Amino acid sequence: MKEVIFYALGAITLVSAFLVIFLRRPIHNVLFMITTMIGLAGLFLTLQAEFVAMVQLIVYAGAVMVLFLFVVTLLNLDEIQLPPDSSTIRWWVGAGFAIAVAILIFPALVAFLPGAEPKSLTADPTATVSNTAIIAKELFTTYLLPFEIASVLLLAAIIGSVVLVKKKY
Amino acid sequence: MIDLVWLIPCLPLVGFLINGLIGRRFSEKTIGWIAAAAIGIPFLIALSIFSELIRMAPASRSVQKIVFTWILSGDLNVPFGLLVDPLSMVMMLVVTGVGFLIHVYSIGYMHGELGFRRFFCYLNLFVFNMLVLVSANNFLLMFVGWEGVGLCSYLLIGYYYEKQSAADAGKKAFVVNRVGDFGFLLGMFLIFVTFGTFSYTDVFAAAGEKLAQGGLMVTMITLLLFLGATGKSAQIPLYTWLPDAMEGPTPVSALIHAATMVTAGVYMVARCSVLFALAPISLTTVAVVGGATAFYAATMGVTQYDIKRVLAYSTISQLGYMFLACGVGAFASGIFHLMTHAFFKGLLFLAAGSVMHAMSGELDMRKMGALRKKLPYTHWTYLFGTLAIAGIFPFAGFFSKDEILFYSLQRNLGFWLIGAVAAVITSFYMFRSLFMTFYGESRVDPETAHHVHESPPYITVPLVILAFLSLVGGWIGLPILPGAHVFTAFLDPVFAPAKHILDAGHHADHPSVVLELALMALSLGIAIVGLLGARWAYLTDPSLPGRVIAQIRGLHTLVYNKYWMDEIYDFLFVNSIVSLSRFLWKRFDEGVIDGIVNGAASVMRGSGSLLRLVQTGLIKDYALSILVGVLAVIGYLVLR
Amino acid sequence: MITLQHYLVLSAILFTLGAVGVMFRRNLIVILMSLELMLNAVNLTFIAFSRYLGSVEGQVFVLFTMVVAAAEVAVGLAIAVAIFRQRGTININDINLMKW
Repeated sequence: MKEVIFYALGAITLVSAFLVIFLRRPIHNVLFMITTMIGLAGLFLTLQAEFVAMVQLIVYAGAVMVLFLFVVTLLNLDEIQLPPDSSTIRWWVGAGFAIAVAILIFPALVAFLPGAEPKSLTADPTATVSNTAIIAKELFTTYLLPFEIASVLLLAAIIGSVVLVKKKY
Repeated sequence: MIDLVWLIPCLPLVGFLINGLIGRRFSEKTIGWIAAAAIGIPFLIALSIFSELIRMAPASRSVQKIVFTWILSGDLNVPFGLLVDPLSMVMMLVVTGVGFLIHVYSIGYMHGELGFRRFFCYLNLFVFNMLVLVSANNFLLMFVGWEGVGLCSYLLIGYYYEKQSAADAGKKAFVVNRVGDFGFLLGMFLIFVTFGTFSYTDVFAAAGEKLAQGGLMVTMITLLLFLGATGKSAQIPLYTWLPDAMEGPTPVSALIHAATMVTAGVYMVARCSVLFALAPISLTTVAVVGGATAFYAATMGVTQYDIKRVLAYSTISQLGYMFLACGVGAFASGIFHLMTHAFFKGLLFLAAGSVMHAMSGELDMRKMGALRKKLPYTHWTYLFGTLAIAGIFPFAGFFSKDEILFYSLQRNLGFWLIGAVAAVITSFYMFRSLFMTFYGESRVDPETAHHVHESPPYITVPLVILAFLSLVGGWIGLPILPGAHVFTAFLDPVFAPAKHILDAGHHADHPSVVLELALMALSLGIAIVGLLGARWAYLTDPSLPGRVIAQIRGLHTLVYNKYWMDEIYDFLFVNSIVSLSRFLWKRFDEGVIDGIVNGAASVMRGSGSLLRLVQTGLIKDYALSILVGVLAVIGYLVLR
Repeated sequence: MITLQHYLVLSAILFTLGAVGVMFRRNLIVILMSLELMLNAVNLTFIAFSRYLGSVEGQVFVLFTMVVAAAEVAVGLAIAVAIFRQRGTININDINLMKW
């Protein structure tokens, strides 16, 4: 059962991510980006990170992607068709880089694991405790300062984007 | 008083600095008298030192004063040291004494000139360098003065720098002197290699043991030094600059190109008398070059019409006499003639300047004549100078020139003959210039004749003093009478070692009094022959010169054009050097040197324009390169 | 059985897709989205390790990543809008002011 769920979510995520990269109309990119986010949220759920999964849905699939959608529609970007990239070499180079990244990252990730044999994820000491409560406790005790700094960062981002899009400054 | 010897070269420098740095607002009189005082006070100091010197025992009349250590490097220790001995004393007195008179003269002569202050600054600087040259106690310091006077000579010849010919003459003097200086430098290096020191006393003391009599080294040293002397003292083959140097103001011609600087070569040869005595070949060379120059320059003097150029050739000729004297081993006679020459040649130049002053700058003797009445002082003093240079008894030139001829005869009849012929010609062309200028019929432009006037006292007083010296200057060197030749006796300590070496070979036989008297009569006769010749040609029968010239047109043209020596030099040396320089400039410098530099630049530019392709300005390309870097690092970590 | 490696491989593929998108798309908006993909791939590994190690810190870091990503998107989109206004394009190949 778990395998079925994992592979289904994984397929959704990867396929829609692939489409984000390769579709030409921005509006389609944005829509498939949303499905990617939803797929990832599902994956988070299979890892028993309910809080993060919810935040992923709200923040990413909701706020962030809506922001993208706004920009695309506001600027009428969908009607601006970039001329097709004439150089096919670029795509070959891209494929080459993709392969290189893959070849290098997989063993790297595997290599960082203590012992190279497959690691089971069944044993879960935190399964009984509410995920949200623990995260909240961590955030407001150990990580209080980074938490506050994050809020300052968000404020700065808000002001920055307002200033940037103002017509005259 | 002798401790104050450092003031002698120092005060002219002070005068130069005062006028040069803060003299902007001074009046002409102030500038002139500051400059004159900067020479006059050292003259008084030199006189008192002189009186001190003659009270000492003759053998101890050589005092060195180290002012400060100048160069100290390893074994090389060159002090700024001054040497007071009879030879340098004579030179100091001549330089400061004649220099002072010429400074006073210049105040009147340069009146109203643009650059009055500049003139006196250069003049003081020149005297400073000249005094360093003559009072130095080592070769290196002498070379400093040597170069310094060369510089001042260049500056003063080119004093009217807006005139092309003056600027060219300055350059010519500088470049020709450079050839001689090169020889001097090489000679100095050889001295250092041989002796390990530059000090006169050390070098001359060790000369006897370190150098073989007539050896190769000493011959090379002396010939190279003599090359330097020919440059500075305008001897064959480096004499061509001196006639052109007359482009400078007349006091400059008098001071630098007649009385002092050009005699530096003679002084140097006399100073190195020990070395020259050890090298008979060099000594003969000196005598031959001196004699040849004396004759050769005299012939050119006959044909010139420019009064200053006549004097210039006569200067070259008289310098030739001094070298002839040195070459036959009569160093004291050479210095004696140097001194009397400073008096009468300075006088002649200053008188010529006075004529020029009166004639509104006219120098061509064909446009003068009968100035005797209008310029009485100038006429009388010029007459005195002419009598002196021609060698008429009892003027100064008679004694010194007679002495040189006497010693030449002792050495070799040929030397005497060439000297005697040159003396006839000298007498002839000097009286020719006198008659053409002051006697006969007036050929002056009516326009100019209007303005002719006697010069002010600033000019006439120095003339009279120098005329007096031209008369009595020779009396300190009376021949025949035992002990009457005060001058030689005074200089004797300096030249004793050289004389010792020279006399070592053969027994010096004392010539008979009869021979001496006969020679003196002969000298006087020679001078009078020249006088009468000139009188006949230029007063009695003024058409004679034209007829003679018509007879020997070819020869006259040759001599009148100075044997085309300038043209030959241009053809032989100047052109080849210019084309070599042009080759080095165009091919070597612009081709090779610039090629290397430009090549380095274009390699950089080429590699830069290749690397430039990497800089697309597109962010994603930069991001791509970051990714490549990340991959490389990860790859290294994984594959490690 | 689903192991840690499954998640890591999935995340690596996702990351590679994101990287390829950043490198080779010309549309500024798509590039920003690809950036988000890469960040999310990292988030996935965080959560997977958090689960594997039984530590909640991974999840906390994911939250911080999201904050940074949100801020970045806001500013990035603002820049995109500004550029579009000024130059009338969001083709990143036309935005080469860095080259003199």
